Amino acid sequence: MISTSLTPLEVTLRAKRDAGRKLLVPYVTGGLKGWTDAIRAAAANGADVIEIGLPFSDPVMDGPIIQQASQRALDDGATPVSILEGVRTLDVDVPLVVMCYYNTVHHAGHERFASQLFQAGIVGAIIPDLPLEESGPWCAAADAVGLATIMLAAPTAPDERLPRVCARARGFVYSVGLLGVTGERTELAATASQLAKRLKKITDVPVIIGVGVSNSAQAVEACKVADGIVQGASVVRRLMEGGPDAVGTYVAEVRAAIDATTV
Amino acid sequence: MSISNQSIMSEPSESGRFGEFGGRFVPETLVPACQELEAAFREAWGDPIFRAELDQLLKEYAGRPSMITECYQLGAKLGIRLVLKREDLNHTGSHKINNVLGQVLLAKRMGKKHIVAETGAGQHGVASATAAALMGMSCKVYMGAVDVERQALNVFRMKLLGAEVEAVHSGSRTLKDAVNEAMRDWVASVESTHYCLGSVMGPHPYPWMVREFHRVIGSEAREQCLERYGSDPDFVVACVGGGSNALGIFSGFVDTKARLIGVEPAGGAAVGRGQPGVVHGMRSYLMQDEYGQVQEAHSISAGLDYPGVGPEHSYLASIGRAEYPTVTDTEVIEAFQLMAKTEGIIPALECAHALAWISREAPKMQGKTVLMNLSGRGDKDVGQMMEILG
Repeated sequence: MISTSLTPLEVTLRAKRDAGRKLLVPYVTGGLKGWTDAIRAAAANGADVIEIGLPFSDPVMDGPIIQQASQRALDDGATPVSILEGVRTLDVDVPLVVMCYYNTVHHAGHERFASQLFQAGIVGAIIPDLPLEESGPWCAAADAVGLATIMLAAPTAPDERLPRVCARARGFVYSVGLLGVTGERTELAATASQLAKRLKKITDVPVIIGVGVSNSAQAVEACKVADGIVQGASVVRRLMEGGPDAVGTYVAEVRAAIDATTV
Repeated sequence: MSISNQSIMSEPSESGRFGEFGGRFVPETLVPACQELEAAFREAWGDPIFRAELDQLLKEYAGRPSMITECYQLGAKLGIRLVLKREDLNHTGSHKINNVLGQVLLAKRMGKKHIVAETGAGQHGVASATAAALMGMSCKVYMGAVDVERQALNVFRMKLLGAEVEAVHSGSRTLKDAVNEAMRDWVASVESTHYCLGSVMGPHPYPWMVREFHRVIGSEAREQCLERYGSDPDFVVACVGGGSNALGIFSGFVDTKARLIGVEPAGGAAVGRGQPGVVHGMRSYLMQDEYGQVQEAHSISAGLDYPGVGPEHSYLASIGRAEYPTVTDTEVIEAFQLMAKTEGIIPALECAHALAWISREAPKMQGKTVLMNLSGRGDKDVGQMMEILG
């Protein structure tokens, strides 16, 4: 059964969107050296939601940067449990969601995992290898604790599919920016704006573009159509190269750029 | 999850399930491509013209039917009647050609221009490169860096056939990581590219489609055994990594009284030691740690170095129709030499797993007829064995 009441995450995001703010969603790989400070820095510099990656051994939707970050975190002993413990110690005033591959959920058990996330203060989940058709059992468990399941929409989806994806999306719709895996690109793919445009026509749920939005200029371009952007590899690379402060600086830069073009 | 009333080894459920295994756990980007492939395969498989075209390729290009060979010396030594299904005699030297001719022919029919494939031992990579060359398509093969090293000859064969071989340096740098990289490629290239998956694994419809393309092994073997011995074998034995050669031969005997034995390497025993998990698009038995991180398999044979298994094997195991014992690398090395010395046949290291089990269990099978799928020839393994045996 589809619940008609909005999740807390979606209430927050709709309010900000409706007030004219573009939504900025930095991604940080959980367990990577400096990750909790990176989240604090992102929160202090204008993030609207922060996506925390739970590293997985076989991340098929991720390109080299996030693969490398995941591997480093795993080598340092990161587990879903240790990351959620870390999340509890965060005192940030920004909604937190996780990005994890489905086997992490499946292995823990749907209800148990949903409750673990909820108890750690997580308000949403993105599971990139769990498409609509397979999402039923997880969504039921997430809905039961008010956790938003953020569905992905892809450029390859035919028109008849998108409304069904949007109908199941909670919090926001993750509009996949290109055909390919996560990672920085020199230009924003044409597919990014095209898909966001298609989605905006059919849904009132916030539409946020992720995958391949690589810098503040691309963020500005994407925000002309979408309600916001995810910044993944560009943030994680900075965390690996320059530490949490570099993340704070970068998030502030993107924030300023998208705010400057918002009327 | 409801147990469907599908008959064993027929079509999976609408969601691509064999019992509670299988499914389609892929990034949203790939869902339409999987749906399109399912529809295209269903249509082609029911089309006599496609079937005739494929049959002709199997006959005139791959060299089918492959024969059966009775091992008189080895059989006498073990006290059993040992019969080999000779997939090693196919063009390119293994059963893999059955599947790739089907898939590449289908990809062409679907208007795709490029083929991507993963490979472990290199047999599927060579077969894919071969079919792509034959049908005028470009081919890129992902292969774990560890395997590139231990299967250098096959790497060169693929290049000779015009394929591009990309060494994968992530994770365990073996088959599992080659699959990840091939899937990443497919996510980016899906509109023009067909992912030619090499085993009965992955998202629906692959496990079903690949098994159907290998069904010819079992159908032929059933008929050949009947013609030759007037009865079905007592045991049908095959090695299992992803499990395509095993499902191919099992399909011909699943409705007989024959015991179906899928032999896994001790270091890659997905059914034997795994728990249900989801990776590479399917729910199946999977070697994983307490948090669901996929564990690395360790096997002497690159083709079986895989922590998962095709979902239909998980189903056959769960209902008790097939059994999945393991053998050690040491037993495999012995079996490899045994077949070479007593029968004059050098088996692929993968198939030596099946023989290792037969050889170990022969005392319990005295007088029985044992059909073993010799799914590939061992030429590719000679270099590696030369190092091991000194």
